[in-house]
Amino acid sequence: MHVHSYEKIWLALGLGLILLLIGSVTYGAVGPGVSMVAADQPTVDPTALDEDDRFAEPRVEQVGENEYEAYVVAFQFGFEPDPIVLPANSTVTFMVTSRDVTHGFEVVGTNANTMVIPGEVSTLTVETGGPTEYGVICNEYCGAAHHGMEGSIEVVPQEEFEESAGGSSDGDGSGGDQ
Amino acid sequence: MTATADAPAATADDGTAPDDGTGGSEPGTETFYDRFPEAARIVRATFLGAFLAFAVGTTFGIIQTLHRTGIARPFSSVDYYTFLTAHGVFLVLSFTIFFLVGVFTWALVRSLDRPLVNTRFSWAWYGLMATGMTLTGLTILAGFTSAVDVSADVLFTFYAPLQAHPLFYGGLAVFLVGTWLAGLDWWRTFLAWRREHPDERIPLQAFMVLTTTIMWYVATSALAISVLFFLLPWSLGLIETVNPTLTRTLFWFFGHPVVYFWLMPAYLLWYTVLPSIAGGRLFSDPLARVVFVLFLLLSTPVGIHHQYLDPGIAEGFKFVAMTNTMFLLLPSLLTAFTVVASVEYGARVRGGTGLFGWLRTLPWRDPAFTGMMLAGLMFAAGGFSGMVNAGMNINYLIHNTIWVTGHFHLTVGTAVALTFMAATYWLWPQITNKPIYSRQIGLAQVVLWFAGMALMSNAMHAQGLLGVPRRTAEPTYSGFEYGSAFGGYGELNLQVAIGGTILFASAVLFLSNVVLTMGNSRTDGLAETLAEPISGSEDAPLVLDNIRLWGGIAVLLVLLAYALPIVAIVQRGGLFGPGGEAYPMVLDALAILAEQAPDVLVERMPDVLGGGWAGGWP
Ligand code: HEM
Ligand SMILES: [Cu+2]
Repeated sequence: MHVHSYEKIWLALGLGLILLLIGSVTYGAVGPGVSMVAADQPTVDPTALDEDDRFAEPRVEQVGENEYEAYVVAFQFGFEPDPIVLPANSTVTFMVTSRDVTHGFEVVGTNANTMVIPGEVSTLTVETGGPTEYGVICNEYCGAAHHGMEGSIEVVPQEEFEESAGGSSDGDGSGGDQ
Repeated sequence: MTATADAPAATADDGTAPDDGTGGSEPGTETFYDRFPEAARIVRATFLGAFLAFAVGTTFGIIQTLHRTGIARPFSSVDYYTFLTAHGVFLVLSFTIFFLVGVFTWALVRSLDRPLVNTRFSWAWYGLMATGMTLTGLTILAGFTSAVDVSADVLFTFYAPLQAHPLFYGGLAVFLVGTWLAGLDWWRTFLAWRREHPDERIPLQAFMVLTTTIMWYVATSALAISVLFFLLPWSLGLIETVNPTLTRTLFWFFGHPVVYFWLMPAYLLWYTVLPSIAGGRLFSDPLARVVFVLFLLLSTPVGIHHQYLDPGIAEGFKFVAMTNTMFLLLPSLLTAFTVVASVEYGARVRGGTGLFGWLRTLPWRDPAFTGMMLAGLMFAAGGFSGMVNAGMNINYLIHNTIWVTGHFHLTVGTAVALTFMAATYWLWPQITNKPIYSRQIGLAQVVLWFAGMALMSNAMHAQGLLGVPRRTAEPTYSGFEYGSAFGGYGELNLQVAIGGTILFASAVLFLSNVVLTMGNSRTDGLAETLAEPISGSEDAPLVLDNIRLWGGIAVLLVLLAYALPIVAIVQRGGLFGPGGEAYPMVLDALAILAEQAPDVLVERMPDVLGGGWAGGWP
């Protein structure tokens, strides 16, 4: 088979580009440590979330020094807790599940983004940075009022978080806007 | 056969006979319609089916565009999802596939220079496809009225546990069987040809059709399992639950190669028709074969790249899919080279010179040529945004944002759709003996599509980077505002809307042109020939034609890529899932809302509850 020399050059460049792309993704995974949502949690029964000690009462909990876990339930058509109040400058692992259909969990304007599939728990670790507010939206179609499904995240100073975390941070935005 | 004066493609050439090396031997004076009237009627019928779907689909497209951007909302936001389901299903399952079975039927019969083995069988598959799609389509459209208890607002991906009416899945199954029989028809015709020509190389176009058909069988196997064993019985109430991750994975097993099912007919046209229109010849027959073999091998074991952000699938499997995906770039890169080289050759034959000067001598007034070239250009742009999608970690930024919608309007919505429209201007006269009503309108139409898409798709990409989600009736929220990069959300909305309007205008021009063409009377002298490749099939190693071998390797690669993930998914969640209820989209959405939505949410959804005009959001 005759392959023209220009064609050979092009082929070589193409292969080079492909290897470069694979390399950059691999570097992203092992270098800066961008890890993927994966299969690290066992499945849950979406109709029995009230028997799961993480999701019976969706909340934010401290699990280590400066380390927190946020248990979030997505449902038609909202998120719980709402707002999700997080301490500034800490490492937070979101654990998100759904009690009905497939949803999305996207912190708008950031790369914190995952599918939320009933029966599965998505985990996603972020650094909160300084105090601020974020919108959270469901970015997978989930039914007739999908467009109304939103939540929010309030990153508050550590002290403020601790004050409000005495009780449960479930619900009324206590940490946020006094 | 001999060179005839009305075969401009090859007479201007280096003096060799204008025989078409892509296989067939239709003399320059006979159109496809003259030579194979029965097959021509089938191709015409598939095209008309495609255009009907295109008409409804693009009408819904402009409705969505104006609704999403908040410019006009004559329908409620609940109905938006009925429009969106129909837009997806009609355009990417109906329009594309009806058109491509026509292209494949034409290409196969033409290149083998032999009629289909049994025309009644051909009409049978056409009938199944049409019946199936009509059932599915009507089930979706029934969602607009509450008079019947039927609907399917599940979008074209139908992720469980959202549940459609059984007729939706049933119709899809019937449609699918129709496409399988179409493939069988092509293979039977090929095997009959093989008996008549035991020692000949498979003509190039037939080779393309046959390899793509095998890819289609591999790809649709998973969809058939998902629909027949899980979704259909579940919608009928025969089984209680399904495993959402499993049915989703089976969908994407199908959902990526289907992209190549749409694209391969466009490639076929770029490889075998475009060079001739340009007055040139295909650069290399063997490399074209290599490209189609690569697609057969690589287009399925990559589907998990649509699930980078899915829980319940281990990172390693995602990595494998990512690597395969990157290699899938190769055949498209090769295609870019070959197509440009073949067209350049044509330009130089026409007297073009210089590094870029040759571009001027190309037949830019020909809507078929210009349309396909613009489609190819858009595909290159789509390739770039595709590389971003394929990068697992950058994918976090854009997953499920309107960026993705921008991406596939470049690929399927332009590279494929615009090629099909452009090809219509060339093919329609061949299959009907009727000249196109107006080639000027055709030219304006393809340029408008390009311009409208450039605007709409670019703005969609930019909005995606701001985090604006896809698949939503109202991408504005009460709790936050989007960033102001790229001119800001509002301005980008305007670009999306203007682009969408131009696209719709282009679609109307295309359809009117076809309808007016149908009113023309049949004439002689429309026949076109296809020129022989510069490097012909005699240069291609024989093993390339061993489609059984390639099919076997394709199945092996799919098993390697999918056996472990699927076993893992079933082990984790069970064949029928870890529990959960069905959410039939046949229920009254308002009832669900009233029952489940907390008060705050209800306040935020005035238009949903009001049902009618969308109230502005605060
Ligand atoms: C008049 C031309 C068109 C316009 C104005 C248009 C507009 C749109 C818009 C605004 C959306 C986004 C909806 C959303 O996510 O909320 C969309 C989705 C989509 N469009 Fe188009 N489109 C057009 C033509 C096409 C063509 C020709 C194809 C394919 C052949 C196509 C395939 C799709 C698909 C697959 C979706 C995604 C549906 C989903 O997410 O379920 N569109 N279109
Ligand atoms: Cu949702």
